[in-house]
Amino acid sequence: MSATIAKSASIYSRAGSLASERRWALWIAYISLIFAAVIFLAPPVYMFMTSLKTSAEIANMTGSPWGVTSPTLDNYQVLLTNATFLRFFLNSAIITVCVVVITMVISILAAFALARMRFWGSQFLATGVFLTYLVPDTLLFIPLYQIVGGLGLLNSIWGLILVYPTLTVPFCTWIMIGYFASIPKELDEAALIDGATWPQMLIKIFIPVAMPGIIAATIFAFTVSWAAFVYPTAFVTTPENMPLTIGVVSQLVRADTYAWGQIMAGALLAALPPVILYAFLMDYYIAGLTAGATKG
Amino acid sequence: MAQVSLRKLVKAYEGGVQAVKGIDLEIADHEFVVLVGPSGCGKSTTLRMIAGLEEITSGDIAIGGTLVNDIPPRDRDIAMVFQNYALYPHMSVFDNMAFGLTLRKFPKAEIKRRVDEAARILDIGMLLDRKPKALSGGQRQRVAMGRAIVRDPKVFLFDEPLSNLDAKLRVQMRTEIKKVHQTVKTTTVYVTHDQIEAMTLADRVVVMNHGVIEQVGAPQELYHHPATRFVAGFIGSPAMNFSPARLEGDAHALRVVLPNGTALPVPSHRAARYAPFVGRPILVGLRPEHLTDKKPTDKRNIADFPAIPEVIEPMGMETLVHFWMDGHEISARLDPTCPVSVGVPIVLAADMDQMHIIDPATDKVL
Repeated sequence: MSATIAKSASIYSRAGSLASERRWALWIAYISLIFAAVIFLAPPVYMFMTSLKTSAEIANMTGSPWGVTSPTLDNYQVLLTNATFLRFFLNSAIITVCVVVITMVISILAAFALARMRFWGSQFLATGVFLTYLVPDTLLFIPLYQIVGGLGLLNSIWGLILVYPTLTVPFCTWIMIGYFASIPKELDEAALIDGATWPQMLIKIFIPVAMPGIIAATIFAFTVSWAAFVYPTAFVTTPENMPLTIGVVSQLVRADTYAWGQIMAGALLAALPPVILYAFLMDYYIAGLTAGATKG
Repeated sequence: MAQVSLRKLVKAYEGGVQAVKGIDLEIADHEFVVLVGPSGCGKSTTLRMIAGLEEITSGDIAIGGTLVNDIPPRDRDIAMVFQNYALYPHMSVFDNMAFGLTLRKFPKAEIKRRVDEAARILDIGMLLDRKPKALSGGQRQRVAMGRAIVRDPKVFLFDEPLSNLDAKLRVQMRTEIKKVHQTVKTTTVYVTHDQIEAMTLADRVVVMNHGVIEQVGAPQELYHHPATRFVAGFIGSPAMNFSPARLEGDAHALRVVLPNGTALPVPSHRAARYAPFVGRPILVGLRPEHLTDKKPTDKRNIADFPAIPEVIEPMGMETLVHFWMDGHEISARLDPTCPVSVGVPIVLAADMDQMHIIDPATDKVL
């Protein structure tokens, strides 16, 4: 009897210790998450506050930089009625849509071939595709400048549409290889026996089943293309061909005069499309990125 | 409907590993043939070669008299049911079943008629609008079978279709598969590692081991007349008991002498067959159901078999008794009413008409 009681007590104390450990783990997790959220949210909050201020209030160093005494939407109004800013927006949109389409067509076809069609050197090629992603764009832009210049596409959005896929295709192909590899082999064998050709198998089976992976890759290509800075800085010189990223900086800074309110408003407006995209497709994005890790 | 012929079929992988070593097999029209054997015996590779999912290293495969070695899977007019069902997760049950017909551009009315008919046979009519993730394991397996049935192919191929189901559902689905075959009568090649599945489903069982066919025969033939030690040990559950022994005597009074000295008289009608092996080491095989408790009314050709039970497993309809003889585990099947206790000696009845004698040099049953 006493042995039974002692055993029960030991179980309860262990259970208590587990609950206490869990409580501590939760505390640590919450503190870490709050810390990370503050670090990451401080800049956009600061940008938002600044974008609501007049130039005079921004220049006034006496008050707290985090507060706004007389909020105004003038900065947004100026930008949204400025034809050059809207041109930047349109350029970014055209470049991004084209790059996403080109990237996804190449990546899906390449990943399908590398993940599913057994051919000599396919493993080597798959590794090679990923290695190209590791080459930084700051190294590539000099030779790419020569190539784009040779094609007569300097200072044109078409030059950017040509070079951005060198950044997006390797990573997106790599994501898609992982996703396609996680789809059971029996699924394509069943489709082959059902009478599907390889293209039919890709279109009717693989693309619908791999949609989370495709969305993850699309979001990545969209973000890289929308936020690219090095290539447009190097390849584009006139405002009518600039995307948002360099347009905002180059046109709102005149000599040593910084239109901080408009710069912040412009940067926030520029960040809106990726934020909206992430907000709607976050679940797919996470499922796509973790497919290879969890589904074997 | 069609017959399937495998002639000198070989599958070798890089590095020289041979999964299938030149097998010959003729499967008749309407026949239900089960390929059975342990993991790595080449049964699934053989099935996949028939399906066209594996290339043939050498040999021929003919379906309905047509050589299909170089014909892609979609043109072989076969349908396959996979172990993990392989249902298209983004399609409804109806679309899964209709997929093959849609690709072959069947008229919509005909597709609907065939899917409805298959759904009726398999009792899945109420599931047609559901996605596979909303189905249980048994329902998914039914849909996978439905996908095969609607195609009305020449041959059904089943690759361990019941392995993912729990024991109860497996028995239920086994009956379903047999019922479906009796209804549609399509030539069927079925792969399993489960010998009970093989015995219950097959018209003929093909036992494979190490890439070769050990024996082909009707289930009862394999059970009662195994050709090799492997087949004798593989077919039957619990497995057949084996013990090294010696043949003594002459053609008139032959007996099998076990290592513990127990002498079992050989039935007279078998004596001539075994006489050349007198004095040579042999292996004696006896199934647990042929080593039972003694019954006063027993008319079988029985011999006394003394044993001291070491493990007793009451199963309800029978009691399994295990004991060790010279390092070899021996199992006996006793009537559940038979009084038996661990460590208390008993005398069992060995049915000598059911005994098998194996030549250890060739592993062939004599």
